[in-house]
Amino acid sequence: MTSVAPDRTSVMPPLPEGGPMPGDLLVSADHPALSTTVPVDSDPRLRPTRRALNGVTADDSFVVVGAAVSALALAWLVCFQLLPWGTLPAFVVTAFVLFLAVIAVGTAVTTPGPMVADRVASVVVTGGAALVALGLASAIVFVFVRGWPALWHWNMWTDDMAGVGPRDDLTKGGVAHAIVGSFIQIGIAVLITLPLGLGTAVFMTEVGGPFARVVRTVVEAMTALPSIVAGLFVYTTLIITLGMPRSGFAAATALSVMMLPIIARSADVVLRVIPSGLREASLALGASRWRTVWHVVLPTARPGLATAMILGVARGVGETSPVLLTSGAASFFVWNPFDGVMNSLPLFIFSGVRSGEPEAIERAFAAASILLMLVLLLFVTARRLARPRTGR
Amino acid sequence: MTTTTVRASTDGSPTTARPGPRRLARGAVGADKVFAIGTRTIGGTVLAITGGIGLFLAIQAFPTLDHYGTDFLIETQWEPESDTIGIASVLAGTATVALVAISLAFPLGLATALYISEYAPPRIKGALVSAVDLMAAVPSIIYGLWGYLLLMPHAGRIARFLHTYLGWIPAFDVDTDPHAAVWAQTRYTSSAFIAGIAVAMMVLPMAAAVMREVFSQAPLGEREGALALGATRWGMIRTVVLPFGTGGIIGGTMLGLGRALGETIAVLLIISPSFDLKFRPLEIGTQTISALIAGRFGEASTAQLSALLTAGLVLFLITLVINTLAAIVVSRSRSGAGTDI
Repeated sequence: MTSVAPDRTSVMPPLPEGGPMPGDLLVSADHPALSTTVPVDSDPRLRPTRRALNGVTADDSFVVVGAAVSALALAWLVCFQLLPWGTLPAFVVTAFVLFLAVIAVGTAVTTPGPMVADRVASVVVTGGAALVALGLASAIVFVFVRGWPALWHWNMWTDDMAGVGPRDDLTKGGVAHAIVGSFIQIGIAVLITLPLGLGTAVFMTEVGGPFARVVRTVVEAMTALPSIVAGLFVYTTLIITLGMPRSGFAAATALSVMMLPIIARSADVVLRVIPSGLREASLALGASRWRTVWHVVLPTARPGLATAMILGVARGVGETSPVLLTSGAASFFVWNPFDGVMNSLPLFIFSGVRSGEPEAIERAFAAASILLMLVLLLFVTARRLARPRTGR
Repeated sequence: MTTTTVRASTDGSPTTARPGPRRLARGAVGADKVFAIGTRTIGGTVLAITGGIGLFLAIQAFPTLDHYGTDFLIETQWEPESDTIGIASVLAGTATVALVAISLAFPLGLATALYISEYAPPRIKGALVSAVDLMAAVPSIIYGLWGYLLLMPHAGRIARFLHTYLGWIPAFDVDTDPHAAVWAQTRYTSSAFIAGIAVAMMVLPMAAAVMREVFSQAPLGEREGALALGATRWGMIRTVVLPFGTGGIIGGTMLGLGRALGETIAVLLIISPSFDLKFRPLEIGTQTISALIAGRFGEASTAQLSALLTAGLVLFLITLVINTLAAIVVSRSRSGAGTDI
C-alpha cells in the first residue's frame, strides 16, 4: 500500500518525491515515541557504486578486435590466394569460421575452459542472429531497390495495364488495378472473417461447454490447412461445381477460408489470457454475463484483439496461393467483385516474375514494394495499438 | 432475478416459515440467453465451415483412393494422360524441401531466440522482438522473389562447394562432375536446397518466436542461482535456459515444420518440376504437393481435381499431426494456460 492515511499527512509534511531525504527525522503520528533518522552519507566516496557486471575490459576487446583482424586477413589469404573460392559469401563464411577458431585460441591462452566456451557460444549466437537479420534486411532492401525506378513513374500508382503489353516501357501502365483488387478482396474477407472469428473466440472462452471444446478442437485443427488447399477447396466447390466464374468474390472466399481459423484462434488466445479475476469481479458486482463480456472482457482485450486482427489481415493480403487458383488475372480495373476476373498485388507479382520479361519483372517489383509498404503499414499500426511490450 | 429475504432463526431449530435455499436460474436468462445462443450459433457456423472443408476433402478423396488404391501412395509419376497418378515422389520432394528448411531454420531460429532473450542489450530487445514478428508478416511472395532472383546465383555456388567437398555424403550428391573445367551451373539451380532456404526464411520467425517466449519464462531464481555459483553466461544458458526451454525448442521447430510443408508460392517460383524419387536436395528439379496443386489445377478434369484434392488431404493430415504434436509439446512446457490476478 502506498497511500497514507489522511490524519498522518496533516502531521507530517508531504514526502518529497523519491521518499524521505537523508537527515530527515521521521516521526510516527500514532506513536510519537517511535522515530528514526534517515542516515546521512557524509562522504560520497563511501556511497556504494553500482558495479558493472557485464562490462568489457580492455583485455576482452583486444582479443575480439585482434581475432577479427586476423580472421579477415586469413580469410582473404584462403579465399583469394590459396583456394578458388573468390566470392564474397565464401569470404564471409570463411572469415566467420576463422574468427571462431582464432577467438577460441586467443581466449584459451589466458582464461580457463568455461570462459572459452562462453565466448565461442556468444560469437556463434550473435553470428546466427546477425545472419538472420541480414536475410530479413536483404529481402526488404532488395525488393525496394529493384522496385525503386518503377515507383517513380506516377502512372505506376494510378494506371492499370489495359492495352499495355508486357514489353512496353515503364511510362505506360501501372498496378493500380491490382491495388484496388487487393483492397476489395481483403475487405470482403475481413467482413466475413472478423465477426465470425471474433464471435467464435467469444463463444469458446466466455460461454464454454462441451460444444465449445469441439469447436476449439476443429478450429485449431483447421489452422493446419495449407493455404493452397483452401484455394483448391474454393476452386472445386464454387468454380467447378457451382459454375461461378473466377472472380474477386471467389478469391475473397478462399482468403476467408484460410484466415478464419487463424483469426478465431489468435483471438481465442488473446481472450484466454484476460485475468479471470476481472470477469469474476464484474459478475460478483451483479453484471450479467453479456454485460461482463461487452464492458469488461472485450475492452480489456481490445489492443490484443486489434493486433491479432491486423496481423491476420497482413497475412491474408500477402497470400498468393488461394488467389492464384480462384481470382484469375485481369489487366484492367474491376470494381465489382462478382464481375469476372480480378487482379491482386500478389498475383500480379507472381505472373510478372513468371513471364520473364524484364519490364514485367520491374513492374512486379514495383507491386512487391507497394505490397511490402502495405504490410509494413499494417504491422506498424498493429504495434501502435498493442500494449507496450515488456520485452523480457 | 427474484429476491427472497432470509429470516434468521435464533434458536437454530427449523421453522415452517423458513424458506429454503435461494433458487438460482440454472441456465442463462434474458440478454444472457440471447448472448449465449448468438455466440453458439456463430460457433456452430464456424464449426460447419471449417469442419465442412475437412469432410469435403475426405469425401473427395474417396473416388481417387478407390480407383488407385495404395498405388496412389507408392507411384512416383503424375501422368493423368496415361492414368498413372501417385504422390510418392511428390511427398519425398515435400519432405526434402521441408527438411532443408527446418535444418536451416532450427539452428538460426535458436540462435535468434537466444540472442534476443539472453544477449541483446535491454534497450533494443523490444525492437528485435518486433523485427522477428515483422519477418513473420512479410508475404511469402517477397521471400520467393528474394530466393529466386537474389539468392539463386549465390546458392548455386554454395551447392557446388558442398558437392565438391562433401559429395561423398549421399545427401550432397549431384549428378554431375564438380571438378569439370566449366562447371554445370544449371545442375545446381532450381533445387530443393534453394527452395528450402526461401522457406526457411518464412518458418524461422515462427520457430524463433515460440522459442524466445519459452526462454523468457525460464525461472529467474534458477538463473540467478547459476550466475551466483559462478557460471558464465553460456553456462547459465546451458544449465538453466535450455533445459527449461526444451519443450519450446522442439515445439517451435515442429510448428515451423508444419508451415514449411504447406508453403506454395516461393517453392513454385524457385523449383523446376520433376518427378524423380530421389533425395538429392542440391540437384535441379523437385516437386512438392502444394506446388503440384498450383501447377496442375488449371487443366485438371474432375477426376484429376479429386486426385489433387487427395494429395491436398494427405498434406493437410501430415501438417495436422505435426501441429498437434507441437501444440502438445509446447503446452506441456508451459505452466498453465490461464493467468490470474
